Formats: sequence, C-alpha cells, structure tokens
Amino acid sequence: MNAIATPAKSTKAGGLKHDESLSGLLRFITAGSVDDGKSTLIGRLLYDTGNVASDQLASILATSQKRGLAEIDWSLLTDGLLAEREQGITIDVAYRYFSTARRKFIIGDAPGHEQYTRNMVTAASNADLAILLVDARKGVVTQTRRHAYLAHLLGIRELMLAVNKMDLVDWQPAVYQAIVDEFVSFVTRLGRHHVQAIPLSALSGSNVVARDQSVSWYRGPTLLEYLESIPARRDAGLASLRLPVQRVARVMLGNGADGSTHGEFRGYQGTLASGTLRPGDEVMVMPSAQRARVAGIKIGEQSLAQAAMDRSVVVSLDRELDVSRGDMLVDPREPPRVSKELVADLCWLSEQPLQPRGKYLIKHTTRTVQALFAELDYLIDVNTLARHKGPETAHMNDIVRVRLKLQQPLLTDAYADNRVTGSFIVIEPVSLNTVAAGVIV
Amino acid sequence: MSTLAATRDIILPLEPLGLNMSSRLPMHAAHLDLLEAEALFILREVAAECRHPVLLFSGGKDSAVLLHLAYKAFHPERIGFALLHIDTGHNYEEVIAYRDRMAERYGCRLYVRHVEDSIRNGSVRLRDPLESRNPHQSVTLMESIAEFGFDACLGGARRDEEKSRAKERVFSVRDEFGQWEPKNQRPELWSLYNTRVEPGGHLRVFPISNWTELDVWQYIQREDIELPELYFAHPRQVVRRGEVLVPVTRLTPAKAGDVVETISCRFRTVGDISCTAPVPSMAGTLSEIIEETAQCLLSERGATRLDDRAAEAAMEQRKKEGYF
Repeated sequence: MNAIATPAKSTKAGGLKHDESLSGLLRFITAGSVDDGKSTLIGRLLYDTGNVASDQLASILATSQKRGLAEIDWSLLTDGLLAEREQGITIDVAYRYFSTARRKFIIGDAPGHEQYTRNMVTAASNADLAILLVDARKGVVTQTRRHAYLAHLLGIRELMLAVNKMDLVDWQPAVYQAIVDEFVSFVTRLGRHHVQAIPLSALSGSNVVARDQSVSWYRGPTLLEYLESIPARRDAGLASLRLPVQRVARVMLGNGADGSTHGEFRGYQGTLASGTLRPGDEVMVMPSAQRARVAGIKIGEQSLAQAAMDRSVVVSLDRELDVSRGDMLVDPREPPRVSKELVADLCWLSEQPLQPRGKYLIKHTTRTVQALFAELDYLIDVNTLARHKGPETAHMNDIVRVRLKLQQPLLTDAYADNRVTGSFIVIEPVSLNTVAAGVIV
Repeated sequence: MSTLAATRDIILPLEPLGLNMSSRLPMHAAHLDLLEAEALFILREVAAECRHPVLLFSGGKDSAVLLHLAYKAFHPERIGFALLHIDTGHNYEEVIAYRDRMAERYGCRLYVRHVEDSIRNGSVRLRDPLESRNPHQSVTLMESIAEFGFDACLGGARRDEEKSRAKERVFSVRDEFGQWEPKNQRPELWSLYNTRVEPGGHLRVFPISNWTELDVWQYIQREDIELPELYFAHPRQVVRRGEVLVPVTRLTPAKAGDVVETISCRFRTVGDISCTAPVPSMAGTLSEIIEETAQCLLSERGATRLDDRAAEAAMEQRKKEGYF
C-alpha cells in the first residue's frame, strides 16, 4: 500500500535540495473543525522548527499546568489576547510567522467557529496553499468540504490534506487511504487542484517536521518538507502584464528626494499584479488605450533590468501621457476587460444584510467606483454546492452570484486568471465598513 | 486528551527539531523583496488615499526601517509625510540625536510632542514620578492627532512583537478616542485596503506588520540603514534583576545593595529608558546581531521588558483608555 497523494507533480518534495527558483515567502492557511488539532499542529510546527521562544514556551507550559492539563495546550500560543483567553472569544484571523533555512512562512490562522466562511475567505485571499485538517477517526466531514470549496473559490490550487491523529487509529493505511480517496473525489468535482495528503500526528509530531520511522508504508514528504518545496502562487507568473497605477510621481522644482533642483521626472508608482516588465517594452495605458515604451523601472535609487510580479516599482515612459491613479499599464496584446458590469461571486461579510436597492462602493485595484446590484442570481450552498435561485438578499457568510452595475468602468480579468485584477471589496458608504469580498467570474 | 493524568507534570514535547537555531535564517533574501514590496504598496496607498498622514518616528530600529521604506516608496520624490515623535522625556540622548539627524537627512518635517506637556496640563497623571511613561504616550499621541488633524498614523509595529498585535489589521481603524476594537475590525482581503474613516476617527497603519525581528535585522543589513549605536554591543553599567539587566541611568539608578557590573551588551529594542533592558551580547556588527537573533531562544519582549507582565496588561488597558 503505497503513499497515495494524488496527481503527484511534487514527488521531488522529499528531496531537501535548496531550490533558488522557489519564492522565499510562502503564505498558507490552516483550516479544520474545532477539535481536529489545528492549534496543536501550528504549535508543533513552530516548536519543532525552533520558532517558539523559551519565554513563550515557559509561559504556556505554566498555564497548561495551572489548568491541570496533561499535555501542553498549544492554543495558548495561538490565541493571543487576554480577552480571548479569559472569555474564549475568538477574534477573526491571526497571523503567525516562522522561518527555516529555505523559506519564510506566514500562516493565516482562521478560527474554526461558526463564522468560518467569512474568516476563511479573509485568510485565504492572500494564501498560496491551504492545509485542511481532518481527524483520522472521523474522516472527511462537512467542514472539510466547505473549506475545500472556499479554498477553491479563492483560487488556492495547492491543497494539503493533513490526516491528523493517525496514532489513534494505529496508523492503519486503509483508514488513511479511504479518507484520501473520499477527499480527492470531492475535490475533483470542484476543478483542477494539486492535492498532497499526509498522515500525521500533531500531538506527537510524527510526519510534521520529523518522519515517523514506524510508518514505513508512507513514503511521501513530511508536512515541513512539503511546505518548503511547493511553488508559491507568484512562482507561476505567466499571466500578462498588469500594473495598476497607485500614484503618479512628479518631481519638479524643489520636491526631489535628493534636494536637487535640476531636471524633472514623471513616473507611475505601482505593484505588478502579474507579468514582467523591462525597459523598452511597449505598454498600453488603460482605459485611454494610449501606447508608450518603458523608459525606466526603479525601486528607490536602484534601476531594474526587469521587474517581476509583486514588486513595487516606479515606471517612467518615453512620452508624456495622461495617466492617473486607477489607470493600468497593460500588455497591449492582452488587455483586460473594460466593463461597466461585473458578474461575480460575493462572500457577504457583514452582519447587515445586503440591501438590494442600496448603493455601494467597489474598490478594485487602485480604483473605487459606485455600484448597484442589478441582479442577485443565486446563493451557493457551500455544503452541497447546490444553487438557490433568486435570493432576496444575502446574509453574513452567504456566497451569492451577482451582477453589478458600475458608475465607471473597471479594468478586470477573471479571478481564475488573475487574483489581483479579478478581486474587489464592497464598501458600505454609510458605515464605511468592508461588507463583502468579490471574485469576478 | 485524558484528564486522568491531570496531576502529573506535563511532559515536554520532543526537543525542538529546528536543530541548530541558525537553520531559522533563510539562506536567500527573496522574502525581503516581497516584504519590501508589500510595505511600499501600503505606504503609497496611504499617500494616495489619506488626507493628512504622518509617520510615527521614535528613532528605534522598526521606525528606522519604516522611514527608509518611505524613502524608497516615493523616490525620486521626497517623502510625502511629516514625522511625529511622542517624546516621553525618558529617551537616550543618542536616540534623540539620531532622530533629528534622520529627519534632516530625509528632508522631513519633524513634529515632537512631549508627554511632559500632557502631565503639565493634567491629561496625564502619574502615580510615581519615575514610573514608565510608555503607556502615557497614547494620551499625548491622541492630543497631537487632534492638534494636527491627522487621519492616518504610520507606525513600525510588527505582528510578531506581541500576542495582541498578531490579530491587528494592517489598516487599523480608531475612533475619536483612539480605541482599537478587536472584536469589530474590518476584514482585510487581498491587498484591497479600505482607508475610509468617519470624521474624528483615524487610521493606524502598519506597513511592516508581516516582518519579524529577524527580517528587520536582515533588511537593515541589506539596505545599510543607520541605527543608534545602542543597538550594537558596547560596555555598559548594569544591575542584574533576575534574568533582566537593568541599565544604570539617571532614571534607573542603582539601589543600596545593588552590585553594579560593567558588561558588554546591546539593546534589541530601544524605547523608554525606564522600561527597556539591554541583553548581554558581544555582537558588534549587523552580521553578528543577525546570527545571534537567529539563535536566540528568548522573544524580543521577554528578553528586554523590565515590566513584561505589566506591559501585557498595559496593552489591554491602552485599548480601554478611551472609556475611562
């Protein structure tokens, strides 16, 4: 009975050769039901990689002992606020950091409580991969499917199924295999993903950082080996150029950083949402569709021969164009859609339900526009994936397919193609709160 | 999890497998490029969307990094923010000198407001004239925000510093009392930051939220950022109180019976004299500090706060300050 994983594109994961081509930063989320051992897994991962300071360890040890626990309560490490510890309130997403010689990691730790849709969506929006925990004794449960669906909705292609508490089922390969099979068959219905399953025990640390030698049938990577070797989203980087303009930088008399009064400069500041940019490249400014060539790319004083996705740069062009915040520099061969209408899946985040006739603000890249709901098409049941047509409104945690009318056009791609130009938030103009997250279809 | 064994000692998990701790030191610095890019983006969003932002600059290493990032975000333009320092009156002189030098170098207007003035006008009341003024800074800060009408304060806080910070947003909304409401934070998705605030409210913005102490040191080395000398190993008179080294200063003089030693030490964090402690160290260069940080078993706070228990309570208290 061999280790199973699935469309294994990452068989190299076992090898610990340092790979310079991988991004040095990986963001992932952890999800699971309340008692699946999520805190234990995170605690274990931080501890076994040497990322728990001794004073923090002493503090959680003392508290665990004071409470008469037989094991360390790792949730004391992850539930930070006094208010949380005392009152058992869980406050949205927490961020944890750890690093190894190969990478820095940011964990978006979404609490598994009843507000999970909203929390999952928040944590998942920036994540490269999702670790979905299941209890080996319980197998795939409704929550596992919800979390897999939400990870899918937010464009996470790397899914890790952590089959935890394997020690409690005597490391039986058949138990593990059955869980993996069920999960893979569900995920296949959602679309294309890469699934890596790992049998482990967070409590004893088996297959988290250290391999469990007694489990000879499992030949795949440990959790850490997998995390160290998996490509980040930004490693793919094949999409065409999108550079939303954040600010126009203009140096005239007196406002130069070097204090000089000679020469003028006009450049466009922004972060590359996708693609690469080199001096000499022809770019198109949207929405005006004017073209120019890149004269220079800089970060601070340093000139770049090439800028890649995610870098924050200032770009100068070879001619004077009318460009302002909210415009976008794009590849003229593959421009984004320019549209005053959006079809999107919204995750409603607010306790105030959606007002179908209300006006809202949409913030998309660096542009904010007014919007109206032209249509509420259907609600998605994240448990069954069933569609309920024609809802009156949407409540917190609902996922709803909508059609929006915009006061001004936006420059968009489908979220599946581009997570930056395919995403937006909805702002309620009276409370000024962020009330929904949108992914463009 | 059995409760039958409740009376026995907790058995520590296996030894950490981080093996030697320098394995925490990433072998290549690509992660710094990404952290930098994220910070530049945030700084530019503030510049583009906020009406009157200010950068909080204390002269510590995190604000030094923040100032350098602001320089890179706007270059070749000048930094578009003024600097604000809330001076507790309990700072090391070399930090104050450094603060003034940096403001000058980056061509930024520097506003300094003093906790002393808040004490004088009665908005801050001390129980003990020598008590730490750290928690009182927020009163003077709120007074300064009202005085200038700032709608965004950029700060160099990091989520790894403190447990409660791990849950704070990058753009943290404060009401007119400056209060942080952890239960009522705006969701923060992708890098789509909602910068809108109600009149009277303001934002606290933390561009280096996702950085750790180690990232900060690595970046300081890579970018060759100048720091106050206190951060590097130097001989200093100290008194040992438990595991903490208390520097002998005008505010923290040796008491009768104290044994004053001169040892080689450095500061991991530089704040109020009365509440930050140096750590024993021979690390006189950035490379040595980085190596030491990667191997260090104590958290930044745990190692350096004289009032670490009080500090945690003080954080909670700060949030309630608006009410009382």
